[in-house]
Amino acid sequence: MELSFIIEKFILITVIFLVSLGIAAYSTLAERKIAGYLQDRVGPNRAGPGGMFQPLADGLKMFMKEEIIPADANRFLFIAGPSLALLTACIGSAVIPWGQDMVIGDRIIPLQVTDINVGILYIFGVVSLGVYGLMIGGWASNNKFSLMGAIRAASQNISYEIPMGLSIIALLLVTNTLSLKEISEMQHGGNWNILYQPLGFLIFMVCSFAETNRTPFDLPECETELVGGYHTEYSGFKMGAFMFAEYLNMFVASAVMSTLYFGGYNYPGMDYVNGLVGPIIGPLIGMAVLFAKVFAFIFFFMWVRWTVPRFRYDQLMNLGWKVLIPLAIANIVITGIWITIYDKL
Amino acid sequence: MSISLFYLIAFLSIFFSVMVIFSKNPIHSVLYLIITFFTFTIHYILLNAQFLAIVNFIVYMGAIMVLFLFLLMLLNLNEDSEPMKSNLLKIAGVIAGMSLLITLVGSLKSLHISDPVILQTQDLGLVKNLGKVLFSEFLLPFEVSSILLLVAMVGAVLLAKKDTKRI
Repeated sequence: MELSFIIEKFILITVIFLVSLGIAAYSTLAERKIAGYLQDRVGPNRAGPGGMFQPLADGLKMFMKEEIIPADANRFLFIAGPSLALLTACIGSAVIPWGQDMVIGDRIIPLQVTDINVGILYIFGVVSLGVYGLMIGGWASNNKFSLMGAIRAASQNISYEIPMGLSIIALLLVTNTLSLKEISEMQHGGNWNILYQPLGFLIFMVCSFAETNRTPFDLPECETELVGGYHTEYSGFKMGAFMFAEYLNMFVASAVMSTLYFGGYNYPGMDYVNGLVGPIIGPLIGMAVLFAKVFAFIFFFMWVRWTVPRFRYDQLMNLGWKVLIPLAIANIVITGIWITIYDKL
Repeated sequence: MSISLFYLIAFLSIFFSVMVIFSKNPIHSVLYLIITFFTFTIHYILLNAQFLAIVNFIVYMGAIMVLFLFLLMLLNLNEDSEPMKSNLLKIAGVIAGMSLLITLVGSLKSLHISDPVILQTQDLGLVKNLGKVLFSEFLLPFEVSSILLLVAMVGAVLLAKKDTKRI
């Protein structure tokens, strides 16, 4: 392993990490601005021009607050919960291809941290691991509302993982690969997977809402029933870690949806632009396009949050088990039949 | 490097499995079990079986252990509510454990450890190769085990269903 390789990866990982933290921080501002807009009010506008420094002020406030650990709480697990939530939210972005390979001189630099050949499954695994943070945190706070929130988070996560996995299987039938890099390359030239898998995308998107605990699936932190859900007992930065993890998850989920179904870094007229600006700027434009798609999805997440009310718990379970799973299985069967007929022709 | 890494991971797996048994709190036991499964995942990666590693990660760590943890939280067991076990049970447990240990050691002794199995193809663990082998060479066992899972699923639904009319 040469030194330049390590430096290259180190820079890439640092940049991705900082960018995702920045996006998560500014998502909080965007959320409040969009909520304000949808409810016909201004939103935060005091800190800096147009409220631009609001996330910094929020962060400072979180650091300054007193850290309270309840008397009967399990101290180690109480701290481990939010840390785990933040950790699993951060490692998901490792397999997402952010752009085409950059060519500087005779070096080829892939804009992806690692291209493991089970990329989709890795993301799936990280998502399924994400619930541990909420469960451990909720249980360790020794509060019945936190425990209820933790149990809800677990059962919701388990229920919606199944249709999510099934919709990915239908996608795999189309793409024939598990590597996210190859899936992105395959969608070159307007050949986006959403055209082949509209139903699969719908199921995947609904499940991403549930896995990231966003409204209308935010039952684990339902404040009308459970005070604050799994983070009732948390204060200061540990509370902030849970919130940050939610926004990071949203960012990763948006990036995954853009990569799997909406062409990733591909855009119409890509080859022409690449020929015009060369192999260094070209991939960066692709990266910007991917980020535009990600921001569109993040906006959609927020739009839904301030439009659709929360489900009841039995409605949530009915939707997961009785609607989404049969639909996902039907999608697999239809895709299989379609591919067989298409191959015969 | 690979060998020393293996010994480190193997030590961690054994250490955390022992911790599963010795921790008093059932929730802690489950958490140690999750870490044990994680070390198994690393073992699979060291064996170049990426697919098996990630499936172990998803199924055992991500699904089964979440269910375990879920159940334990629902029951909310702790040291106070645990009933005292009688001495007879303890003695029976020790005897059963000892016999299991002797059986395991005996079977290990009869294994030929000196001639290890060498993989013919290094990339057998990758998805494509594994799929080909599963759906050609081992098709019948694969289908039979899937039917077994289906039977278990239907059975679980039947057991969980409340019978509205009493017999």
